[in-house]
Amino acid sequence: MSVALPIETAAALTDARVLLDRSEPIVAARDVTRRYGSGDTAVDALRGVSLDVHPGELLAVMGPSGSGKSTLMHILAGLDQPTAGTVEIVGRDITRMSDNELTKLRRAHIGFVFQFFNLLPMLTAEENMTLPLRIAGTKVDDAWLATVLGQVGLTDRRTHRPAQLSGGQQQRVAIARALLSRPSVLFADEPTGNLDSTTSGEILEVLRQAVESYGQTTIMVTHDAKAAAIADRILFLADGRVVRELGRSTATEVLDALREVTNR
Amino acid sequence: MTSVALKGLFGRKLRAFLTALAIVLGVAMVSGSYVLTDSIQKAFHTLFSSSYANTDAVITGKKLVDHSSSGNATIPASVLTTVRSQPGVARAAGVISDMSGSNLTAKLYDKHGKIVTGGGNPTMGVGINPGDTEFNPMHLTGGRWAAGAGEVVIDKNAADKYGFSVGDRTRVAVDAGVFPIKIVGIAKYGDVESLGGATFAVFDVRTAQKLFRLGDNFTGISVQAKHGVSAQSLVEGLRTVTPANAQVRTGVAQAAKEEKDVAGFVKYIRYGLVGFGLVALFVGGFVIFNTLAITVSQRTRELATLRTLGASRRQVLRSVVLEALVTGLFASIVGIAAGIGLAVGLSSVFNALGMALPESGLLEPRTILVPLVAGTGLTVVAGLVPALRATQVAPISAVREGSDASHGRGGKAGPVVAAVLGSVALALLAYGFLTHGISVPRRLLALGGGFATLFIALAAIFSRLVRPMVKVIGLPFVRAGRTSGRLAWLNVQRNPGRTASTAAALMIGITLVSFVALFGRSLRNADTDAWKSQVTADYVLTSQNGWDVFPSGAADAGRSVPGVEYVSHVRGDRGRVGRSNAGINGVDPATIGKVVSVQVDGASFASLRGNEAVVKDRFAKANGIHVGDTFTFRGPNGRPTVLRAVGLFKAPKLDSLLSAIVIPNATFDRALPRPHDQYAFVNVRGGVSSATTAALEAAYSRDQIAKLETRSGFAASKSKWLSSMLSTIYVLLALSVIVSLFGIVNTLALAVFERTREIGMLRAVGMTRRQARRMVRHEAMMTSLLGAALGLPVGIGLAALATSGLHSYGLRLSVPLPSLATFVVLSLIVGVLAAVLPARRAGRLNVLAALQYE
Repeated sequence: MSVALPIETAAALTDARVLLDRSEPIVAARDVTRRYGSGDTAVDALRGVSLDVHPGELLAVMGPSGSGKSTLMHILAGLDQPTAGTVEIVGRDITRMSDNELTKLRRAHIGFVFQFFNLLPMLTAEENMTLPLRIAGTKVDDAWLATVLGQVGLTDRRTHRPAQLSGGQQQRVAIARALLSRPSVLFADEPTGNLDSTTSGEILEVLRQAVESYGQTTIMVTHDAKAAAIADRILFLADGRVVRELGRSTATEVLDALREVTNR
Repeated sequence: MTSVALKGLFGRKLRAFLTALAIVLGVAMVSGSYVLTDSIQKAFHTLFSSSYANTDAVITGKKLVDHSSSGNATIPASVLTTVRSQPGVARAAGVISDMSGSNLTAKLYDKHGKIVTGGGNPTMGVGINPGDTEFNPMHLTGGRWAAGAGEVVIDKNAADKYGFSVGDRTRVAVDAGVFPIKIVGIAKYGDVESLGGATFAVFDVRTAQKLFRLGDNFTGISVQAKHGVSAQSLVEGLRTVTPANAQVRTGVAQAAKEEKDVAGFVKYIRYGLVGFGLVALFVGGFVIFNTLAITVSQRTRELATLRTLGASRRQVLRSVVLEALVTGLFASIVGIAAGIGLAVGLSSVFNALGMALPESGLLEPRTILVPLVAGTGLTVVAGLVPALRATQVAPISAVREGSDASHGRGGKAGPVVAAVLGSVALALLAYGFLTHGISVPRRLLALGGGFATLFIALAAIFSRLVRPMVKVIGLPFVRAGRTSGRLAWLNVQRNPGRTASTAAALMIGITLVSFVALFGRSLRNADTDAWKSQVTADYVLTSQNGWDVFPSGAADAGRSVPGVEYVSHVRGDRGRVGRSNAGINGVDPATIGKVVSVQVDGASFASLRGNEAVVKDRFAKANGIHVGDTFTFRGPNGRPTVLRAVGLFKAPKLDSLLSAIVIPNATFDRALPRPHDQYAFVNVRGGVSSATTAALEAAYSRDQIAKLETRSGFAASKSKWLSSMLSTIYVLLALSVIVSLFGIVNTLALAVFERTREIGMLRAVGMTRRQARRMVRHEAMMTSLLGAALGLPVGIGLAALATSGLHSYGLRLSVPLPSLATFVVLSLIVGVLAAVLPARRAGRLNVLAALQYE
C-alpha cells in the first residue's frame, strides 16, 4: 500500500512557496489565548500557547479532556478566532482575515480529516475526493488522482458511495480528499476516534506515508497513544498551556508522558 | 457545487417530491383555469365568426340602453327595401336574432309538458326565412326550414336530449305568450360540436316578429356584396341608408363585437379561478420555505464541511437556490401537465351534469409561461431565506457532533418586520375595504396586497407567539395524552420557528375560510333582510330563474284560484334619462301599496296617473330631479316619453326592489317596446295557507313560466346565488388548505427523521408503538390548532373590517359559535390526517437501528 517516491518528485509536489525557504514554519502560533464568556463565568480554554510547525513535520497534540487541544486545533485551522494572539499559515496572519480570504486559503493551503469522516452521502468515493478541487474550479490531474487512490488503497472502490464503505474505508476517502489538493498543512481531528484498533493502524499508516512520500505537513489532535506514536513531535496540553514536548516516541512512552501530564 | 446540489436533490427523492407537491397543486389550478377559459372563449369565437361567415355587411340596432330586457333598437322593414336597391348589394335579408340569449327567448315544452329551461343556458329564438340560407349559420340535418306560422326548426342537441323528431307537435313559450308549434326540421350550428347547453328555435321572420312582438321590424339586416365589391366598401356605401338608431359593420367586425359583448364574462371567470390558484401557490410558498429551512438546518454538518473544503458563502447560496430552482421548475412542469388534465376532466364533469359550456381544445403560450414563471419564481423566492441561512453556517460546525437544529426564535428582526409589514397590510386592507368610489381592479389589488402582506407579517411574529399560545392550547393534550401528550407538547415548543412556519400555512387557509364564511354570512343576512323588508304580499311571482323578466300574461294564471284577492303586476326594464342608464318599473297604482313597503315622500304610488312618476331619492339627487320637474325617458328603441316627478321614494342601498323610476303599468306599456313583468304579487284572503299554495302552484304549473314563492321563500331565493358563490369559494379555498396539509406532513416527516435516535431511545426505555404514534399525532394536532388559533381571530377581525365598510348597506357582523367550532374541528382533522404517515413511521422504527442512527 505504500509508495516511495524519489525525493525530487516529492519536493516538486510540495507548495512552491515553502520550497523557497524550507526552514520557515508552515504554521506559527504566538500567545494564542481563547476565552469563553466574560466576567465571573469566563472560561479560559487556552492561555497563551505558542508553537511552530515545520514543513514536512507530523505534529501530534495530546492532552486530557478539557486541556484545550481541540480548541487549539480549531484556531490553528482557522475555524475559530482566538481572543488574543496570532496564527500564521504560510506566512499569512489568519486571525485578521475576512471570510473570503479564509475561504481562498482553505482551497489552496488547508486540508481536513474529521473524526466522523464528514463525507457527502450522495457522492461516490471519487466524487467526494475531488470535491475540494471542483469547488475551487481547479482541474483534476488524473494521474495524481490515480496515485492517491492507490496510496489509500481504494482504486477498486472509487465508484462506491459512503454507505457501501466500511468506517476505515470512509476515513481513507476523507484522507484522500484532503491529500488530493496538496495542501500546505493537513489538520486531522481525532482521525482514529471512530475506528477500531486494526483499522486505526491502517489509517495511521496512510497518514505517515503521506508525510514520508511527499512531505505533507500534518497536525493531528488525538487522545490515542498509538496515533501519537507516528508523530515526529508531540505536544502535551493541560489547562490551556503546553506543558510537555516529546520527539519521536513509542506508544508506551507517550502513555507515560500523558499520565504524568494528567496527574499534575 | 452544482452537481452537489443536484445530487443532493436526487438522493432525497421522496422528500424533494413532497416539497414539490406543494407547488404542483397551485400551478395545476392556474394552468387548468387558463385552459378551461381559453377553450370557452375560443368556442365563442368560432360560434360568432361562423354566424357571419357569409355576411359581408350587417346593419344592427344600436344598444341604446345597457342591460335592457327589451334588447337593442330595431330596424324598420322599409330599410330592407332601400338596402336591396343599393349598388354593390347582391342579396340582403332581414333577420331576427340575439346572440346574447337574453332578449329573444323561446322555450319548448318536452313530451311530458315540462318546460325546457336549458339548465341556465340560453334558449334562443331566431327568425330567418328559408330562402336566406346563405345568411343562416345553421345546417339542416333533417326536415326543412320553417316557412309559416306554427312551424319551428330546433337544434340537434335539444332534439336528441329531449327526444324530439321532425313532425312532433308541442308548445313554445315566447314573449307574446305560449303557442302550439310543429317541429318541421332539425339543424346543427355551423362547425361547433356543442353549444354547451344552449338551445335554439328557428322560425321564419314573420312568425318571429309576431312571437317576439317586434311589429314589422328586424333586429338586423344581413347583406352580401356583389362580386368584386369588398366588404369595407359595401359598408361605406350602406352608411347613408342606415337609420340613426342602427349601425353598419362588416361581418367580421360584427362577429368580433358580439363576441366581446357576450363572451366578456369569461374574462372574469378566468381572473377568479387564476386568483384562487395564486392563493394556493402562495400557501405553497410557505411550505417550500419551511421545508427548505428544515433541510438546511439538518444539513448543517454537510454545509459546514463544504465550507471547510473551500466552498465560499456564495457557492453555498447558489447551491441552495439551485435546489429551490430545480424543485420549482420540476413542480411547475408537473403542475402544468396536471392542470391541463384537470381542465379536460372538469369539462367532462360539466358535460355529465348537463351544464356544458361550449368549448374546443386550445393551448396558448401564456398557459405554459405564467404558471411556469410563477411556480418557479415563487419557489426560488421562498428558498432565499433558507439559502441565506445556509451561508451563515460556520465551518466549525463540521466538527460538532449530531445535527444541529437551530432554535429559530426569529431573531431580533422578527417583531420589527412584523410591525412594519403589519402596518402596511392594515393600511392596504383598510383602503380596500373602507374606501368608497374606487375602481374594482384597484380595490382588488389593494386587498390582495393587503392580505399577502398581512400573512407575511403574521408569519414573522408567529414564532414568538408559539410558546405562550401552546401553553394554553396544549393543555387538553397534556391531560388526555399523559406522557406522549406532554412530550408532544414539549416538542412543539422546542423549535418555535419551525412550528410557527408550519402552522402559518394552515393559518392562511383558516383565515381566508373564516373571513369568507363570516363576511358572506353577514352579506347574505343583509341581503335576505333587505328583500323581506320590502315585500308585504303573501306570494311573489318571478321568472323561473328569479332574475329575468317574464311575459306579463303569465302571472294571471292564478287569478281564478279561490281566495285570491288580486294579482299585482310590476313591469321592469331599463332606459336612459339624460346620460344615465335608469331602471324603470311599471306598477298597478291600486294594489302596489298593499304588496310592497316603500317610504314615499310627496304623492303616493296609489295616486299615480298618466305620465306621473315616483323617483328613487338617490337617483333624483344624482340627476338633479326635484318634485314637480319633468324629464325625458328614452326606451331601448329610442322612443322618448316625458314624465313628471310627483314624489320621491326611499330605497335600501342594498337590493332595492324597485328601480329608479316608477310609473303606472299603462304608461309603461306605451313607453317600452316589449313590456314584461319583473314581479307579480298575489294577496290572498286569510293569508298564506298550504291549500292556497297548492292551488296556486297547480295553476302556474301548466305553463311553468312564472315561479310562485311565499314572502320568505322569495327572500331566500334571491340570496341563493350568494350561497352558491360561497360554496364555490370554499371549494377553491380547500385547495389551499390541502397544500398546507402537505406542509404539515412534510415537517412532521422531517421531524421524525431528525429525531430517529431520540425516538429509538424512548422506545428502548419503554414507550409503546401506540404511544409513539400518539406523540406524533398530538404534535400534528397542536400545530394545526396553533394555525387555527391565530387564523380565526384574524379572519374574524377582517370580516369585521369588511362589514363595517358596508355598514350603510345594512351589513352586520354575526359570529355564530357553531361556525367557529367547525373551523376548529376542521383544523384538528387536518392535523390528524397529516400525522397518519409520519406517526406510522415513528411507531415502526426498529429500536436498535434507531439508536445507532447517526
